[in-house]
Amino acid sequence: MHNDALLLGGRTFTNRLFTGTGKFGANAQIPKMLAASGSQMITVALRRVDASAGTENILEFIPPGVTLLPNTSGARTAEQAVRIARIAREAGCGDFIKIEVITDMQYLMPDNWETLRATEILAKEGFVVLPYVLPDLPLARRLEDAGAAAVMPLGAPIGSNRGLETRPLIQMLIEHCRVPVVVDAGIGRPSQAAAAMEMGADAVLVNTAIATARDPEAMGRAFDLAVRAGRAAYLAEMAEQSVTARASSPLTGFLDD
Amino acid sequence: MSFFTIVEQYQDFDFTGFFDRVTDAEVARSLSREKLSAMDFLTLLSPRAAGHLEQMAQRAHRLTLQHFGRTVQMFMPLYISNYCTNGCAYCGFNHKNPILRRTLTLAEIEAEARAMAATGMRHVLFLTGEAPRVTPMAYLVEAARCLKRYFASVAIELYPLSVDEYRQLAEAGVDSMTLFQETYDQEVYRRVHLAGRKRDYHWRLDAPERAARAGLRGVNLGALLGLAEPRRDLFHTGLHARYLERTFLDTEVAISLPRFNEAECGDFRPDYTVNDKTFVQFMTALRIFLPRAGMTVSTRESAEFRDRILPLGATRYSAASSTGVGGYAHKPAEQTPQFEITDTRSVEEVAAAITAHGYQPVYKDWDAIA
Repeated sequence: MHNDALLLGGRTFTNRLFTGTGKFGANAQIPKMLAASGSQMITVALRRVDASAGTENILEFIPPGVTLLPNTSGARTAEQAVRIARIAREAGCGDFIKIEVITDMQYLMPDNWETLRATEILAKEGFVVLPYVLPDLPLARRLEDAGAAAVMPLGAPIGSNRGLETRPLIQMLIEHCRVPVVVDAGIGRPSQAAAAMEMGADAVLVNTAIATARDPEAMGRAFDLAVRAGRAAYLAEMAEQSVTARASSPLTGFLDD
Repeated sequence: MSFFTIVEQYQDFDFTGFFDRVTDAEVARSLSREKLSAMDFLTLLSPRAAGHLEQMAQRAHRLTLQHFGRTVQMFMPLYISNYCTNGCAYCGFNHKNPILRRTLTLAEIEAEARAMAATGMRHVLFLTGEAPRVTPMAYLVEAARCLKRYFASVAIELYPLSVDEYRQLAEAGVDSMTLFQETYDQEVYRRVHLAGRKRDYHWRLDAPERAARAGLRGVNLGALLGLAEPRRDLFHTGLHARYLERTFLDTEVAISLPRFNEAECGDFRPDYTVNDKTFVQFMTALRIFLPRAGMTVSTRESAEFRDRILPLGATRYSAASSTGVGGYAHKPAEQTPQFEITDTRSVEEVAAAITAHGYQPVYKDWDAIA
């Protein structure tokens, strides 16, 4: 497992659990959760960042060494996402950007079309673009061609904790994408994170399930273990599943006689 | 299409009969459904459902946690004028009340904004009475532009405007609006709104829809609980919110639950009162019916009560509110407020209480990106 690092945007990640900063009861829980989970990348909504700092600044709770992944939450068009990305870069948040364009407030579905447009623009400007999308293979191809550094398909609606409802669609991305596939949104429990990793996802991004747990620190640790277990199982090339028991060779065994 | 079509559908609905017939089994069934119908929602608003309050609270808590986490959005209201041409029987700003009338100048608005922003607050809601001659569009646009320099989010609670007027304010930096229908009961509405443009029920009812059409991102509804039969008003509020959520997928809908304080409203005696238990029933029923809707709790409610209802569905709190004109930069001379506030704590005190309950007060959660 020593050489099993994830390369993304010119950086090396030895931990494949990405986390988020939303929904915590106190920002002070964030560094503790990061330490416990070992997560090396964390997303933060730029709309939550208050540079005027009359009150506490959420960025101060992210330790150096953890890659900051600003996101464009609140954007409803490609143009807005592009502006937020540029503001994030100017504010010193780095070149990584998670594009999140949402035009529906009920299900919070990503708008794939606007997301693709924003990816095309931002990749040309040198951003490390991680687009959050509904899993769709032709779209993923276009995102790759546009210069996306990864694709981030949702497992289920944001915050729904419903797990890998889009499993077959994500499977297609895993099989055919050249860039890393990060399952983002919907993962509600460690077993679901493990399942995503077992099927070959390169990483998972988990926020709600950790932040809203009674003990976010312990839950961060649990997710870390699950992600490692799932990854190890994937690398070990699991045996195929079967619904029936399998005798050794019931139909062709006689040929060896 | 207007929400008025739905109001009309329930015009002759027998609410009393419905409530009388609700059984415990029906409450349990409505409570267990993943998506609630209008009738499920009404079932949870029934007196019978009060016996299931703890289960309702548990589900409301889980949904709130799931969708909003342990966070509360903080905001501060600023009254920039109390001139009003309306005659609302219950309101301190009633045009017949011989109170000191004031409209802040732009320089005064700026001074207030500076004082408010110094508390760390980054979301502001500015309010006026309904007196378009005193507070015309040009003034409102300038006020919005001024506040936008100090706050990340600027919201309005004004008289109902046209689509074009909402658009002008959106261009000046306003991102959301609050407007209470006061009551959805047309008969009672007529009785308590005695003068001014506000007598037009329909014009007011469609205002949130016009605002959404104009591109404002958020609308906040509410009925002033106590004016008319409250379960019925709350039912309509929920349906109104759901109608807007469905009609405007990109609009964030929020709800307030203002109720009369016993001490306020001078000579006006509301026909109904909503006690704490019923209030909690309303709040949890709304959360279960509309899992994603924001829920605003103002300083009308007491400090103690606000702290208690934090986990049940509330997502936005005002703090350190002044309900007279201005009031943050300099304490003005004796003024009649629009309504009496009960939670008089400072921003720091409210924030400290929220923190003590394991929740995070969020000061900024918006950036206008043109």
